[in-house]
Amino acid sequence: MTTPAPTQTLDLAARFPGSVTPDEREGYDGWIVAKEKLISFAQVVRDEFGYDYLSSLTGVDYLPEGKMEVVYHVYKTTGGPGLIFKVQVPRQDPIEVPSLMPVYPGADLQEREAWDLLGIKFIGHPDLRRVLMWEGFEGHPLRKDWQEAFFEEEAKPFKSRWPDGQFTMAEDRTPLGDNVAFPAGFDPKKARFDPETALYESLRQYDKEETGLETDHMLVNMGPHHPSTHGVFRMAVILDGETIVSLKPVMGYLHRNHEKIGERNTFLMNMPYTDRLDYLSSMSNNFGYALTVEKLMGVKPPERAEYIRVIMAELTRIANHVWAIGFLLNDLGAYFTPMLYGVEERELILDIFEAVSGSRMMCNYFRFGGVARDLPEGTLEKIHGIAFDRLPRKIDELERLLAENEIVRTRSIGQGVLSAEDAIRYSAAGPLLRASGIPYDVRRAEPYGIYDRFEFDVAVRYNGDIYDRMMIRFDEVRQSIRIIQQAVKDLPGGPITAMKPVYQVRVPAGEAYGRVEGPKGELGYYVISTGKSTPWRYHIRAPSFINLTAFGPMCTGLKIADVVGVLGSIDIVLGEVDR
Amino acid sequence: MDSKELNSPGYDVPPELQGQVAITTLDRIYNWGRAASVWPMMFGLACCAIEMICTAASRFDTARFGMEIMRPSPRQSDLMIVSGTVTKKMIPIIVRLYNQMPEPKYVLAMGACASGGGPFKEGYNVVPGVDRFIPVDVYIPGCPPTPQALLNGLIKLQEKIKGQSIKGARWYTKGPDEVEIPIPILGPDLIDPRKIDQIKQISKTAKKAEAQP
Amino acid sequence: MDDMYGKGILKGLGVTLKHFWETYLDDAVWLVRRVTKGERRYLSLEGVAHRSSKDARGIFTVQYPEEKLLIPEEFRYIPFLVYDEGPNGEKTMRCTSCGICSRVCPPQCIWIVRSADPATGRPIPDPFEFQIDADVCMNCGLCAEYCPFDAIKMDHDYEMASTSRTVFNKEQLAKPASYYEAIRPINAAQENAARAAKEAARAAAE
Repeated sequence: MTTPAPTQTLDLAARFPGSVTPDEREGYDGWIVAKEKLISFAQVVRDEFGYDYLSSLTGVDYLPEGKMEVVYHVYKTTGGPGLIFKVQVPRQDPIEVPSLMPVYPGADLQEREAWDLLGIKFIGHPDLRRVLMWEGFEGHPLRKDWQEAFFEEEAKPFKSRWPDGQFTMAEDRTPLGDNVAFPAGFDPKKARFDPETALYESLRQYDKEETGLETDHMLVNMGPHHPSTHGVFRMAVILDGETIVSLKPVMGYLHRNHEKIGERNTFLMNMPYTDRLDYLSSMSNNFGYALTVEKLMGVKPPERAEYIRVIMAELTRIANHVWAIGFLLNDLGAYFTPMLYGVEERELILDIFEAVSGSRMMCNYFRFGGVARDLPEGTLEKIHGIAFDRLPRKIDELERLLAENEIVRTRSIGQGVLSAEDAIRYSAAGPLLRASGIPYDVRRAEPYGIYDRFEFDVAVRYNGDIYDRMMIRFDEVRQSIRIIQQAVKDLPGGPITAMKPVYQVRVPAGEAYGRVEGPKGELGYYVISTGKSTPWRYHIRAPSFINLTAFGPMCTGLKIADVVGVLGSIDIVLGEVDR
Repeated sequence: MDSKELNSPGYDVPPELQGQVAITTLDRIYNWGRAASVWPMMFGLACCAIEMICTAASRFDTARFGMEIMRPSPRQSDLMIVSGTVTKKMIPIIVRLYNQMPEPKYVLAMGACASGGGPFKEGYNVVPGVDRFIPVDVYIPGCPPTPQALLNGLIKLQEKIKGQSIKGARWYTKGPDEVEIPIPILGPDLIDPRKIDQIKQISKTAKKAEAQP
Repeated sequence: MDDMYGKGILKGLGVTLKHFWETYLDDAVWLVRRVTKGERRYLSLEGVAHRSSKDARGIFTVQYPEEKLLIPEEFRYIPFLVYDEGPNGEKTMRCTSCGICSRVCPPQCIWIVRSADPATGRPIPDPFEFQIDADVCMNCGLCAEYCPFDAIKMDHDYEMASTSRTVFNKEQLAKPASYYEAIRPINAAQENAARAAKEAARAAAE
């Protein structure tokens, strides 16, 4: 791995004279690209400079400046720091930006999200529909001038809580007594609603195969209430007999407006909210957010806190993976037994989280510049016992249970293949990417925290099928155990936070993109501060969400019964998909 | 319910029959059977669903309460555990599932979100409490409630079931045996069909207000 | 023999068989412990602790409500307000209605009404009303973490299922300091020592 040049020294401005300029705002980084040159710029960046991986794409509404911005973060799958580029357009409808789908197909769902929530039209996107809200919803909620029915104030804390202290339910403040608002003059009796037609139309484009036979394709909806969709996830499938012609994921059934609420919260308030993103691995979510805000603040946590963070993040990975393996096997037909074995190990890890942070799942344990509290007495011994004694043997046992099982192997080997090229193209992350043969792990590619001190191997497998995606989780659990063993041995004493505990942190103006290798993949936070108590923009690059970009192509040509296996092997959590 | 509780019908049993026959009321034996075989629907929404699965798993084990059979189909289930944030996009499906459940049916709102909107209450896509649309029997606060808190709620539900009587039960009385709840519509925002006139009225006044700046 | 079909299945069945026997094995071990030390595997504290330890094997179930998991000190559920008890049973709320908890609360579920001095009309450090919407609270514990008066703390009581929505008022939230010291002995001792030191320093300065 070579050390790439810092982004600003790349001579991109000379390459595109007049249309590419460095972003010179205080605290900002990267390049501002003219709208017309965006696609050719992206092509150069990808093909000549090697930034082949689109990590994050998001929009920012600069209401006071009257601008709408689209921010792209691209990385090299060989490692090293990334490149940021932005497109700015005037904030007048229609807001139009060329779609990057031809260069980075991984932009698919992210562009749809930006259209849905910010109303940025991506010209050339083949299927620009709303993704989180339903088709027909009024307005683009993440715009700064859009207010929901329960809107109270621009920023928390609200005055009605203190000092005014008027207890009113939010419901009592709205005319309908509910969390709804309708456009003026709306007549529900005359209006026609069909949120689904656009989806089915977009699927129909694959529906024109001429076989000469008098056969018809069939449209099947799986979910949002389905036992094997891991939550409220829906897929619309076009079938030819039992074979899948095309599949589209439909999400948003758990869209909890994380980003809109996050932009009203103070920086600290967002910490417990991050727990509820990927609710199986809250410590990792905390880690990413803490890193991002620390980047803006320029704070570095003390040694002991760094070690505790690593221990907690790796325990989270183990807890998540045993759960994921159990559920994948559940989906493949090994009903409940492997899951029960996995859950047993997870429960013991949750006990540690509960002792350390106070809650089994919603840990809220990280603080800017450290962690919330030191390890209570006896916890380190417990972690030691689990990491050195119990987990290594239990993981072997779980593997012995079904990894060689002939039925599991026939159902999973060679099924749902994602090639290495496609994995990069579709911005797949985490185990999904590594099972396809790309040894890309943020802990190695761009080490954060103190991951550069530990000895571990980046798990990688090469077939990219369901079986490899299951086995790679076993490999990763073993590597995590190795990391925990080293961290527990070297855990130094000393303080656990670099700052005095304050509830109102001062965050200098600027932007930061922090990413960690979460259990599901690369988890990124894009935070813009204007120096106020709340972030101006708070965006989450959710690995589960972006991994679903590759879901449709992976399933095409499979039998319908294998879809649940493929979905299980991607390991999504709806809290993170929908946010 | 242990056998002693079940066997006390509230009047005296002659001494020669004590220990020989079991006398109980129809309500008691019927409710004892119902309360000990509640089949929840396999229906998870969000974070709380994970704790619900943990409750069903080996450590807490709802099988001890006769509740381990989670049915994916609403037609076969008695209890809907609303485990997580109810969003506007999801509520039509939840109401439809509720309508499809056969009587007697129960709803347990697990966690802050299902009970009253929870931390995401202010969000534009969140329904502030599932009880706005379907009747809830037991509320469990907590975010998320621990598996033991959920078990506590399930025990509470069992108590409620035991307190019901065949004579007074809605599903045995005359009239429609099921309460169909109109399914909400996804328009420009969530439309509750029961409030259509109100919505029309408010939108009209809003238009008038807009016309007179 | 490596490619014999069914070998993997048998191997897996071996694992489940091992799990099956482990329960009986563990029961036998505990039978010895019961005879020699009087310790029991079920319905006892040491039994629950064993089933939550790294050595847990066999039956893993904690039979709530007969036995309950051991609650660690840091465990948090819904917040409560601490009051000090005087020698004659009078209750003094520690809360000064400074509003930090309601300002730090992420979902904004705390409402505080300040009291006013009836004579002057100026606010006095005692909450007139204190409400927490338990169905909005996210149990994050930030209010307890940042309260400078150790007045709001996170409760251990999770058995609060009810048949209606819950909004707690001041009376329902108030719990004595002795209760707090019982559920969180280490934290309470540290805070009491810190408060005593602060008061001693203030007394010395005067």
